[in-house]
Amino acid sequence: MSAVPRSAADPDADVVVRATDIAKVFDVSPPWLNRVLERKPRSLLHAVDGVSFEIRRGETLALVGESGCGKSTVARLLVGLYTPSRGKVEFFGHDLREITTAQGRSLRQKLQMIFQDPYASLNPRWRVGQIIAEPLRAHGLMKDPAQVTARVDDLLKLVRLSPADRDKYPHQFSGGQRQRISIARALATHPEFLVCDEPTSALDVSVQAQVLNLMKDLQREMGLTYLFISHNLAVVHHISDRVGVMYLGKLVELAPKKTLFAQPLHPYTRMLLDAIPDLEMSGRARTPVAGEVPNPLNPPSGCTFHPRCPHANERCKREAPATRVIVRDAHSTQVACHAVEEGRL
Amino acid sequence: MDTPLLEVKNLRVEFPTRRGTLVAVDDVSFALAAGEVLGVVGESGAGKSMTGSAIIGLLEPPGRIAAGQVLLEGKRIDNLPYEQMRRIRGRKIGAIFQDPLTSLNPLYTVGRQLTETIVTHLDLSAAQARTRAIELLADTGIPAPERRIDHYPHQFSGGMRQRVVIALALAANPRLVVADEPTTALDVSIQAQIISLLKKLCREHGTAVMLVTHDMGVIAETADRVAVMYAGRIAEIGPVGDVIHRPQHPYTAGLMGSIPAMGHETERLAQIEGSMPRLTDIPTGCAYHPRCPKAFERCQRERPELLPAGASHAACWLHDAGSQRRVA
Repeated sequence: MSAVPRSAADPDADVVVRATDIAKVFDVSPPWLNRVLERKPRSLLHAVDGVSFEIRRGETLALVGESGCGKSTVARLLVGLYTPSRGKVEFFGHDLREITTAQGRSLRQKLQMIFQDPYASLNPRWRVGQIIAEPLRAHGLMKDPAQVTARVDDLLKLVRLSPADRDKYPHQFSGGQRQRISIARALATHPEFLVCDEPTSALDVSVQAQVLNLMKDLQREMGLTYLFISHNLAVVHHISDRVGVMYLGKLVELAPKKTLFAQPLHPYTRMLLDAIPDLEMSGRARTPVAGEVPNPLNPPSGCTFHPRCPHANERCKREAPATRVIVRDAHSTQVACHAVEEGRL
Repeated sequence: MDTPLLEVKNLRVEFPTRRGTLVAVDDVSFALAAGEVLGVVGESGAGKSMTGSAIIGLLEPPGRIAAGQVLLEGKRIDNLPYEQMRRIRGRKIGAIFQDPLTSLNPLYTVGRQLTETIVTHLDLSAAQARTRAIELLADTGIPAPERRIDHYPHQFSGGMRQRVVIALALAANPRLVVADEPTTALDVSIQAQIISLLKKLCREHGTAVMLVTHDMGVIAETADRVAVMYAGRIAEIGPVGDVIHRPQHPYTAGLMGSIPAMGHETERLAQIEGSMPRLTDIPTGCAYHPRCPKAFERCQRERPELLPAGASHAACWLHDAGSQRRVA
């Protein structure tokens, strides 16, 4: 049930989330006294620096990147845990910051999050039943305790756990089971959009398979839309429809999954794909990866990837590339790279 | 020279607790030839790290080796007194752990830690040791090693620190390196660099590697043979290509099926129902039988030994020609 009725002719009717040029700057400066006495400068961390994308209903958009690329910050910006320093996040056409009215609050129920650490994201002092019922109480959705219990039981069954588990504590469950409890909690308010921040990274591979299968089943059964953050390209390949690659706070490439994996454009994407260990043991030749991710507090000039890029030229050192849309075989890729733009790649 | 470099025979690692004795490694046997890379793979709780720690002699008390033997170059090392083991560790066996921050002493420069190892195990003067340390840093790809040798661990990034740890492990030219999840804490592009560095250096020095990890992709790239562990036991062991592409044990097959692969598209990943048993609840007979789609009556009663299966060995009664078995 969508909060805003829209005309069928509206081409944006299908867009659940739209991020427009969002940025988040953290001030990590030393205290004023230290700055004055030790002559230290202010220090600003541009965790996210101008990211734009949209996600349509029923779609899974994956955001990949290595440490410090800003993908977790984007996740938190999207659910409103952080306020953007610039740009806006729109949910069903409404700016997230303007959601203060009752209508706005009902919109917030549609938006939920699943976190990476199954051991930190559940309150160890609450029983599982209370944890799952918390969103219902917070949003004032159900008052009658019998109704709440019935809903909790339904949710537990939905994630393939048993209603008897409602009286247990989180420590009595394994990592994979705790993630299912997090998923049950996220589904309590009938959300339409789930932000999943590395939900399977802390899990063993066979448990990961169970959780990923569950997430796909639920998406199909309930028409959910996912933003899936991960550093694991194989998992992303399995679960996503479109993939965005982030580097030092910027989106360097965004394309449909098959296009990105088969014909990556940006040199960083190619480098990442090349770095995936070859389980098929095809003996493919790998180009060695150069360097490491620079300190985000002191990023390189121009295109921040240029020190590691085999195709960098003078322009790359001076000028940050703008995002262009390249269309191949009716699929469009957003990419920010001078070499691609100049036809050098 | 047929004696394997490392031989582990019927190793049993136990943890005495108030509620009884927990067996973390249960009758594990394997051998490692000189210069070979053996991967030991398994999920959390399988006992792979414990096996590695037992071999290096770094089991945390109250954990102890309750039975079995560990032989290095034909001589027992599991029952040596602390001082003798300390001399072997570093000189004959190098260790690389997951978190470089815990392997490196934050209070000493990298150069000091390297020269300490070199001087302890090799007969070199302080100046010669320093030269060797700089060479080692250069070999592991650290730029400007003559300057960085006097830096502290916190002045290096994660990937660089792991290179220092590799340099430290290889400093005294050990015959064997035990690496426990050496790349898990690193970004994927750095992982690739570290893996190829480890392979190159070990090949150059003829060092054997026991690589403990949960990541099958890393094993596929690096190992010659692989042992798959489950609930403290070896489920399957064999050449890496065979174990990955022609798994003989139902657990290995299930594990391989649950890994999302880039090569092909699947709607659902093959999933193994349930989870690995806790140490307090190991099933009788074959530890995997409650989750195994091919389990039959014998699996509940008798624990299988490693039986020949194709090019590998699998601890599974399906491979015992003599037993009654259900047609798969």
